Amino acid sequence: MATVIPLKPAQGPTASAVRLTDIAIEFRIKGRPPYKAVAPTSLAVADGEFVAIVGPTGCGKSTLLNAVAGLLKPAAGKVEVYGQALAGLNAEAGYLFQQDAVMPWKTALDNVAIALEIKGVGREDALGAARDWLGRVGLGRFLDRYPHQLSGGQRKRVGLAQVLIRQPKILLMDEPFGPLDAQTRQIMGSLLLDLWAGDRKAVLFVTHDLEEAIALSDRVLIMSAGPEARIIGDHRIDLARPRDAADIRTHPRFHDIHKAIWGQLRAEVIKTYGEEA
Amino acid sequence: MSRAGLLSLQILVGVVLLLIWHVGATIPIFGYTLLPKFFFSTPIDVASRVVQMFAGGKIWGHLYVTLLETVLAFAIGALGGIAIGFWFARKPLAAAVFDPYLKMVNALPRVVLAPIFMLWLGLGIWSKVALGVTLVFFIVFFNVYQGVKEVSPVVLANARMMGMNERQLFRHVYWPSALSWMFSSLHTSVGFALVGAVVGEYLGASAGLGYLIHQAEGVFDTTGVFAGMVVLAGFVLVVDWVVTLVENRLLHWRPQSAAAQA
Ligand SMILES: Nc1ncnc2c1ncn2[C@@H]1O[C@H](COP(=O)(O)OP(=O)(O)O)[C@@H](O)[C@H]1O
Ligand SMILES: [Mg+2]
Repeated sequence: MATVIPLKPAQGPTASAVRLTDIAIEFRIKGRPPYKAVAPTSLAVADGEFVAIVGPTGCGKSTLLNAVAGLLKPAAGKVEVYGQALAGLNAEAGYLFQQDAVMPWKTALDNVAIALEIKGVGREDALGAARDWLGRVGLGRFLDRYPHQLSGGQRKRVGLAQVLIRQPKILLMDEPFGPLDAQTRQIMGSLLLDLWAGDRKAVLFVTHDLEEAIALSDRVLIMSAGPEARIIGDHRIDLARPRDAADIRTHPRFHDIHKAIWGQLRAEVIKTYGEEA
Repeated sequence: MSRAGLLSLQILVGVVLLLIWHVGATIPIFGYTLLPKFFFSTPIDVASRVVQMFAGGKIWGHLYVTLLETVLAFAIGALGGIAIGFWFARKPLAAAVFDPYLKMVNALPRVVLAPIFMLWLGLGIWSKVALGVTLVFFIVFFNVYQGVKEVSPVVLANARMMGMNERQLFRHVYWPSALSWMFSSLHTSVGFALVGAVVGEYLGASAGLGYLIHQAEGVFDTTGVFAGMVVLAGFVLVVDWVVTLVENRLLHWRPQSAAAQA
């Protein structure tokens, strides 16, 4: 059975990679009361842990990730990274954005190499490493393409290589496979798991696809519908690793877990639609 | 439509227009010449005058002067536009303070400035350059300003998460974005540099294509006026072609527009 740990995550003895404590996030909109996107809520990601956040669209998943990245300052609460209060941008984190974020005026190779060059790595070394990373995400033949000459999935993989080449300790991913078709999603999921198995970063992975969340992660967090969205469920996924993100879906255990979580998620999805209807 | 087909249609239109001009100017219809030579010259006269100008060799000096003025006006106007555009885009207070004045100057028809520039800078090339600069500056300025303002917030956030400092952001994000906007208006701004040069010459100079045309007009030499215009048009085509080459070289990262692909 997937265990349901209600609300506050258990305090571990070691410092979490990411810990949010009672954070609330508001958006100011001119001439209106501020929109309370995220209500006070808490979560923690242990070092080396792969955590997925699932919730209905518009509930505040990207907003939460932006707070962890340091791009958004919460109205209340604490953001800690390896035990340190976060000030400014989160230098430990690599962020794969929901939208295309690679520079359209640089080739795939330059987009990835620049991530090292700005840290002072020499041009030749950076290019070598970038070729290597693009090869690992399966783009070895597309080094000289500009983003507009790549498909949506290929652009995402450039983004992934761009993030991974910096070897961040924390990986934030916002619906990275969102616009892709079901088959490509599974292949990308397997690729991600293979890359992750190498050095086990702490991952915070946002998705609206529950199956994908279960297939990839150690824990699945459920976010309630907004406004004042909160983490309302915390499910440990005890499927053995290494996993194959595609094959695991046929595992009987997968179905049990899915059934247990889906009941809770469905209620939130219905709430979202009920409000908008 | 194939390239050759298009080209033959383009040539056909030119030939028909020339034919109408020639017939109208030389063959009386019901004893009445539609396009009297005195006012319209004839295509053959104009063509032979153009050939004469080049054969005599004196046209080259005028072309050189006009080209020099155009290039200088573009370079100075573009540099100014880039500098001020960046400054205003990054410092909204400066932009807010100067905004009404910029709007005022931009709304002014630049021709009225020409006599002032001549008074200040004399009849040489610099008064023409100045006129061109006032035209080029605003186009480049508005585009660079827009280019910096309109940088995709996601691309910017991604670059910052990557760890870029302000200088690196400038070089790898703001600068390419601003340049792409500036180059998308390259045809317009180079065109305006040329307009500044020719109008300036027309109003008072001792060399240049505008001066040639003005001189011919002064003695009712219609053929000379038309010949000057033909040379000017050819000059514009060549300049525009060079700009297209530069543009293709610098903006190759951008998707081709649907029209360009068709
Ligand atoms: N800049 C903003 N200003 C106002 N409201 C915003 C802003 N960004 C997001 N929101 C609102 O916050 C909520 C959560 O958005 P988001 O985090 O993007 O949702 P998702 O879970 O789909 O990623 C949405 O209702 C959205 O309308
Ligand atoms: Mg989102």
